[in-house]
Amino acid sequence: MSESDANTSKKEMLLEIRGLRIEGYSDENWTEIVHGVDLDLHRGEILGLIGESGAGKSTIGLAAMGFTRDGCRISGGSIDFEGMDLTTASPDELASLRGAKIAYVAQSAAASFNPAHRLIDQHTEAPVHYRIKKRLESQEDAMELYHKLRLPNPKEIGFRYPHQVSGGQLQRAMTAMAMACRPDLIIFDEPTTALDVTTQIEVLAAIRDIVDQFNTAAIYITHDLAVVAQMADKIKVMLRGEEVEQAETAKMLEEPEEDYTKSLWSVRSYKRQQKPRPSGTTPVLSVQNVDASYGEIPVLQDVSFDIYAGMTVAVVGESGSGKSTTARCITGLLPPTSGKVLFNGEELPSDYKARSKDQLRQAQMIYQMADTALNPKVKISEIIGRPAYFYRGLRGAELKKRVDELLDLIELEPADYYNRYPPELSGGQKQRIGIARALAANPSFIICDEVTSALDQLVAEGILKLLDRLQKEFNLAYMFITHDLATVRSIADEVVVMRQGKIIEQGPKNEMFTPPHHPYTDLLLSSVPEMDPEWLTTVLEERGVDNIGEGALKKT
Amino acid sequence: MSDVLKIIAKRLGLGFVTLLVISVIIFSAVEMLPGDIAEAVLGQGATKENVAAMREQLGLDRPAPVRYFEWLGNALTGDFGQSLVSQKPVSGAIAERFANTLFLALYAALIAVPIAILLGVLTALWRNSLFDRVANVATLTSISSPEFFLGYILILFLSVKTGYFPSLAKISADMTLWEKLDRMFLPALTMVLVVVAHMMRMTRSAIINLLASPYIEMARLKGVPGWRIIVRHALPNAWAPIINVIALNLAYLVTGVVLVEVVFVFPGIGQMLVDSVTKRDFPVVQACCLIFATTFILLNLAADVGAILTNPRLRHPK
Repeated sequence: MSESDANTSKKEMLLEIRGLRIEGYSDENWTEIVHGVDLDLHRGEILGLIGESGAGKSTIGLAAMGFTRDGCRISGGSIDFEGMDLTTASPDELASLRGAKIAYVAQSAAASFNPAHRLIDQHTEAPVHYRIKKRLESQEDAMELYHKLRLPNPKEIGFRYPHQVSGGQLQRAMTAMAMACRPDLIIFDEPTTALDVTTQIEVLAAIRDIVDQFNTAAIYITHDLAVVAQMADKIKVMLRGEEVEQAETAKMLEEPEEDYTKSLWSVRSYKRQQKPRPSGTTPVLSVQNVDASYGEIPVLQDVSFDIYAGMTVAVVGESGSGKSTTARCITGLLPPTSGKVLFNGEELPSDYKARSKDQLRQAQMIYQMADTALNPKVKISEIIGRPAYFYRGLRGAELKKRVDELLDLIELEPADYYNRYPPELSGGQKQRIGIARALAANPSFIICDEVTSALDQLVAEGILKLLDRLQKEFNLAYMFITHDLATVRSIADEVVVMRQGKIIEQGPKNEMFTPPHHPYTDLLLSSVPEMDPEWLTTVLEERGVDNIGEGALKKT
Repeated sequence: MSDVLKIIAKRLGLGFVTLLVISVIIFSAVEMLPGDIAEAVLGQGATKENVAAMREQLGLDRPAPVRYFEWLGNALTGDFGQSLVSQKPVSGAIAERFANTLFLALYAALIAVPIAILLGVLTALWRNSLFDRVANVATLTSISSPEFFLGYILILFLSVKTGYFPSLAKISADMTLWEKLDRMFLPALTMVLVVVAHMMRMTRSAIINLLASPYIEMARLKGVPGWRIIVRHALPNAWAPIINVIALNLAYLVTGVVLVEVVFVFPGIGQMLVDSVTKRDFPVVQACCLIFATTFILLNLAADVGAILTNPRLRHPK
């Protein structure tokens, strides 16, 4: 995909941003969140915009359409799109660009399609509004685009409502919708972040293909370096509203200049030694032949695995594969329909209400969304102190000592955090509080449900290191639920692969990551994007264009 | 579709149970009214023998539960007993009055609901503008004034001073529809003024609540004009709360009209209820209360069903 320098300079300039400053309104003050950013984009060129959350990527992406979210305003600089300055253009002039000349693909297609209308009616809305096409013409064009994006039943799928279509398909339908007026520029705002790896690869291939076919320019916003490496001609790295550096994709990957960029690149190198099972002991947790169902619908079938003290078992699989349901069975929130859960060799009552306080204490949970898992109106000291009081009856000075101890363990200064509330903390700090709350009960087993997937990579690495240290210190057993195979590679001792409520394969990590694999494990592994810019091309050649996602399974 | 039918059947069943509970409450409430009904009906000069005879005639000498089931059984077949005052069957007297009340409620609803929704959409579209503020202040003023006060103000300005409309809403069966509508205009307008504010504000806030959602942002980024975003993208997803408030207000139009009927001397069921309470005509009171309860339950049921039907997930299952 990359172009040579000589080639790009000949191309016509499409978007030219100079000294863009954007302010956000918070605490009754306007504070600057984007500090003078320059950006050039030629026709047919794809720019990757990467950085952690809060870097201002989406804000800049939207500003390229002359749009700011409520509570934001453009305070300086110019945005020149085909000779029109979007910062001074009238609302009518801006509206006539949007959808027609510049289109947008949002992160969550499920939330960005209107639930009340059929896909195709939403697709034809812009072309019909701009009188570019008649409704029927536009519908036919939509079907053509659906076909190009390799959606199943392209003639029929548009007549479904958003809730009747899967996430990956919706994301492609949204790309088709962005293409409806054949815009000159499309802003892709994290279009695959919410998808499973096997679905992500389908969407990436489809987007790359169609952008190429129509020679559309694009700004591709993401925090995933490997993804942007597949898509972009050049990459711009952002940090807290400022540009860190920009270079052509290949150059950026091979020899980044700035330290911050290098630190981003190195995140994935964190790896922990794999531990063997301790010999001659009973497993801390043993799940034996568990079946479970939600009402009439069976969700788990014959799930069995063991977790030994001091070990991390990663449970991987796509959304809907039954990972979190297994955790609910273990904690007793969802009593299994058959099978049993043993704890240190003793069978646990299937319903948590029937378990003793001590049994409850032994198994704790850390959740994915620290934001919603912590009560925003309760002090940190109380959040951590409550399980210590509930399970161990600590109070007064003893309780305070214990809370201080726990805050020390999670590397937060007790004096500074004791009296604060969750909304005052950053995402990583909140997740640390979640860990301290789980530790407060002195458990021997912790379920970590996607604990790092909502965090930026650097922060996530900090959390993984902390969990590793705590495991060594207290000989904890972890059940680590995740869909991110990079995380599994770095911290797991054993891996359990789940699909459609069944265990497909399980074993020590090293074995699982070296061939031969079960075909599904193989599909999962080979779908994880790699930093190599040629990776997607190679995978597509290996699998063939029609067997990209789940299709690759049927072939084998 | 079978899912929807199942939900409707379940709600209907629940509604029926609610109605049974309410019938118990109504019966016991009348039972607990202070004083002896027979004495009250006969007046202070009645002799002991007369009172005893009256009690026997009314069946008051039998235990309450027996009378309750008798009353309930008859009520289920549409027989609400005889009025103590007029000695005529209650159902006949009520039917005519109730039809009048329903007619007035329908009249007011046909004006109020479209106006409220239109105003709600417009205030959402031009939110925080002068129009939004004027509409809010005006409707809040009208909802904050007591109905009888509003009624008299309307009579003063639209009838006494200008003579546009008749001040008395006495109607009879032999009038033409046009005549009836003309006579009933002022009471209907009074009720419109009372209910519009609530529905309008709910429409406005239900729409504005949705404006921050990603699909509205998406519509904006597609270049969809403002009015179309409100009408086509926000409104279809905002119906559920709006329908609920409409149903509550429709129920109010039927059951809350007592004061308006008194002010305009309108022969509706509300006036009849007030008369019967003062005259201790308890079969009529019970019947009226039961009808009001049924209206409330049915309208709420309709709102539930309406809200369900506006949900595309239920209308178009996977």
